[in-house]
This record gives sequence, C-alpha cells and structure tokens, in this order.
Amino acid sequence: MDELKTLYDIRKHKVLYMMFLPIAIYFLVFSYFPMAGIIIAFKDYNYAGGIWGSAWSGWDNFAYFFKSGKAWLVTRNTIGYNVVFLACYTFFSVAVAIFIAEMRSKWFKKTAQSFMLLPYFVSWVIVAAFVYNLFNYEFGVVNTVIGWFGGEPIDIYGSPRYWYFLLPIFYVWKWVGFGSILYLAAIMGIDQECYEAAVIDGATVFKKIYYITIPLLMPTMIILVLLGLGRVLRGEFDMFYQLIGNNSMLMDATDIVDTLVFRSLVGTPDFGLASAAGFYQSVLCFVIILAVNGAVKLYNKEYSLF
Amino acid sequence: MKIKHTLDIKIFNAISYTVVGFLGIVTLLPFVVLLASSFSSEASIIREGYSLIPRDFSLQAYSLVFKEPDEILRAYAMTISLTMIGTVVALFFSAMTAYVLYRKEVKHRNKLSFFLYFTTLFNGGLASFYITVNNHLHLKNTFLVLLLVHMFSVVYILMLRSFMQGSLHDSILESAKIDGAGDFMMFVRIVLPLMKPALATIGLFTALGYWNDWWTPMLFIENDKLFPLQYVLYRVLSNVEMAASIIKAPIAVELPKETLKLALTVVSTGPIVLLYPFMQKYFVKGITVGAVKG
Repeated sequence: MDELKTLYDIRKHKVLYMMFLPIAIYFLVFSYFPMAGIIIAFKDYNYAGGIWGSAWSGWDNFAYFFKSGKAWLVTRNTIGYNVVFLACYTFFSVAVAIFIAEMRSKWFKKTAQSFMLLPYFVSWVIVAAFVYNLFNYEFGVVNTVIGWFGGEPIDIYGSPRYWYFLLPIFYVWKWVGFGSILYLAAIMGIDQECYEAAVIDGATVFKKIYYITIPLLMPTMIILVLLGLGRVLRGEFDMFYQLIGNNSMLMDATDIVDTLVFRSLVGTPDFGLASAAGFYQSVLCFVIILAVNGAVKLYNKEYSLF
Repeated sequence: MKIKHTLDIKIFNAISYTVVGFLGIVTLLPFVVLLASSFSSEASIIREGYSLIPRDFSLQAYSLVFKEPDEILRAYAMTISLTMIGTVVALFFSAMTAYVLYRKEVKHRNKLSFFLYFTTLFNGGLASFYITVNNHLHLKNTFLVLLLVHMFSVVYILMLRSFMQGSLHDSILESAKIDGAGDFMMFVRIVLPLMKPALATIGLFTALGYWNDWWTPMLFIENDKLFPLQYVLYRVLSNVEMAASIIKAPIAVELPKETLKLALTVVSTGPIVLLYPFMQKYFVKGITVGAVKG
C-alpha cells in the first residue's frame, strides 16, 4: 500500500522529483559509490581489478596500518590538535564577540572585523607563504628581529616543540574572524531589555557580561563545541599539509590521519595503508558523530543533527 | 542621551579595544609584510629580512613574473573559468534541489534531505574516492574533475532551503499555480529572482572554494596545462626551481628567489582580496544564517 502511495506521489509531482534527480545522481556517483568502495580496505587493490574485482586480503591492510606504529601516532595527533584548536577557537571567538558587542565606536568595530575576516579569504597555500616568511631560518621576520638583539637564530622548521604552539595560533588567526561573527550573531539575538534592566539595577559591564551575556550564550556555545567534537577525528588537512608538508623533522609531531592518507595517495599510491587508515577514520568518525548527536539531543532536541 | 563613562566601562574599554585592536593588527600584518617585501629588492631582503615598508623599492620580481606571462595567464584563465562556470552551475542545481526540498507537496522531502545529509556523516574515505574518480569514472587529467569534485555541498543546499523557508510565502507559489505555472517555471521565474541575496551569499562561498582549490589538481591533474592558480603557486612555493620554469628563465641566471615567490603570491591573492570589501556584507550574512542552524 505504502509503495503505491509513494509511486502515486512521485507520478503526481514528477517534475519536482525530476528536478531533484541531477543532484541525486551526483551524490550517488561521488559519495555513495565511494561509500560502497570502502570495502577496498579489505582488499589487495590492483588497477585492473578495480574496487570490485581485486582480491580479498582480510585484515592485512589493517595489520600493516597498526603495526607501522602510525595508527596510534596519527590518532593521538589528530584528536590532540583538534581539541586544542576547538578550545582556543571557542575562547577567542567568544571573547572577541563579547568585546565587539560592547564597543561603541562603529568604525573601529568595522575595521577590526574586516581585518580579522581577511585570513578567511585566502587559501592555506598563501598562509604557508606567510608562515615561511615569518619563520624561515635565513631571513624570516622572527629571526631578523632576534638578530637585531644579537641573539642566535632559531631553526623553527627543524624543531617540533614550537609547532605545538604555532599551529593553534595560526588556526585561531585564520578562523577567529569567522567564529566571532557567529557568536556575535548569537549575542545580538539576546533581548536588550535584560541589559537595560541590569543597568537600572546598577550592574557594571563585567557583571552584565558574567550574569547575562555568558549564560545566554552558553546554549550556542555548547552546541557548537559538541558539533566540533563530532569532527574531532577529521583534521584540518589543508593547514597541516601546507604548513608542514613533507618536512620529516616535524612529521611525528604533526602527522594527522588526513595527511597520512593523502600522502599515501599522491605520487605512487599505497592503497593498502590509505584505505585502512581511511576506513578506520570514517567508521570511528561516524560512531563519534552518532554519540555527539545523542548528546545534543539530550541537551536540546531542536539542535540535533538528525 | 549622553553615556556616562564610569570606571568599570573605562577598564573594560581599555581591555576590549586593546585585545580586538591587537588581533586586527595581527591578522592584517602578514598581508602588509607580503606586499611591502614583494616590492623590495632581493638584496635588501637577504641582508635585512622582510619588512613593513618596501626597502630599496624594486619591481624586479614583478617584471620577471610578467616577462613571460604565458604560464601565469593560463593558470589565471583556468581558475577564472573554473570559478565562473562552477559557481553558476552549482548555484542553479543547488537552488533547484533546495526548492524541491522546500515544496510541501513533496511528501518524501525529509527522506530526500536525509539522503543528501547522510553523505556528510559517513564517507568511503579518500582512497575509495580516488579510485572511483580515477579508475571508474576516468576523470583523471580532465577539466571536468576540477569542476565536479567540489561542485555541490549538502550544507549549502540545506542553507538555501532554510533561506527559502524563511523568506518565501506559500501564497506566492499558490497564486502562480492558479495562473497555470508549472513547478519548474515557478522555480525559474519566481523563486530564483526572489532568492538573489541568498544566491549571492552561497555563490561567494562556492566561488571562494573554487578559487582556493589546490587539492583537486594535486590529486587528479598531471597535465600542467590544466593547473589552476593556487596549485601553480603551491608548486612554486614548495620548490624554487619551479619558479624559474614558470617564468622560463635560463638556468644560468641568478634569480631573485625570495621576491619572486612573494610577487607570485601577491599576483595570485590579489583579485580575491580586492573583491573582499564588496563581498564582506554577504559573507557576514551567510555565516550568520548558515552556521548556527545548518
């Protein structure tokens, strides 16, 4: 009966369903077909056989991925960096949004916002050029300044420890403009009467922020942080690949799942490693998103993803 | 009303203007250094490093870039045509899909939405995608792969649907239906024109995606005639010898390597940053509408 109804509905609105068709085909080809292709993680891929014709190899690819020692390393790096990124990004975005919301000078607000949004427009390729300009050993800005004070230049591209701090800094640099606009919109949605009442009762700016802005911003913040955590196993690939590239001295400290997979595919592809790592990431990601969505649903049904 | 500046406001202002001002400067500074240094002479950079104002003002790097501009111009043409064709096609089909998902007559619209949305929750991994595109679709080394890989985003389609839900009234479509307009005609004649602001916003996000794409050519393009701008820039930045080949300099010539890189970076960033002031309004709107409730 249901099938009949569906068929009837499709016939009645066949133009509308036809209008949906191009995109449906696109996602079938570029998303669902590769989804089925995830089985190559259990195969010994060869070009002639393709996804379906290659021979099964059981867990060999996974054994290779986990025994290489890379699995633990990239998992740790991906999750570690993402958690730090999310914390820094949220903190700075919220702080800037609160500051800007309280500012009276229109032109200052506008100019600062324009500047902060500028990095959002350029690719990480360009950012990598900036970073190189800043930190290269011979004539980077940092080493030039150190030179003025008679210090020894630092080899930043050769020492992993600096990057634990630099990567979060550049992450915030690129995204703070975007994030602050997001939170600013949430602040603008707060009922102004709350503030007026508070001022009449003699609240200081700090009290207004502590007792009104932050509590009312909390729901948005919690949702965005949870959604961010849902992506904790998907690294900021562009950033890592462009800033670090194939620098072997920094590799252990900065290799994430996404860069590992990408590196195994460019040049002479190593499908075994790439597909095992990709499978591991996709499946784990899916589980995490389901968990996060459950958490969001508990917190506020309206914001759940599905 | 005159606002009284009590002590707490003064302290707060001091903190907020300092922090926001500092961040504003920090985000702007690299762009200034890049621009200034690209107009400096190679010798001054090697001697004293990069600077905020051009030292030994020199156009040498730029004249080298534009002496044999074939490669750069071809990359430009590539990026511009990709961005324009890609954005127009993506907008039309995305809006059309959003319109189907918006129409209440489509009983299964929620299932269709989930069919799209599911692709953002789970994917087959890059290896499987790579094999699909290369081996099963045979799109390697084609213009089409650059166009298609980033063409549609489920998030943008759902954003467009939210825009429609917020700004279109059923009564408009009802009256069009009474006048005898078909579903497709209603979309083209009524919905598309009404969606202009939303299309501008999503169009800008899409265009930016195309302009900044270096990932697709790196994975799928080996033919250097098909390289878009960002990928050419990436190759130049990661390998100085590449810079020489781009400007077709004879190997023996001593190249101003550093300023050449900088000039190329400026040349490939320029258009997007110049357009930025005009785009900003739409971007702010897009971020606000889209991201809080996708």
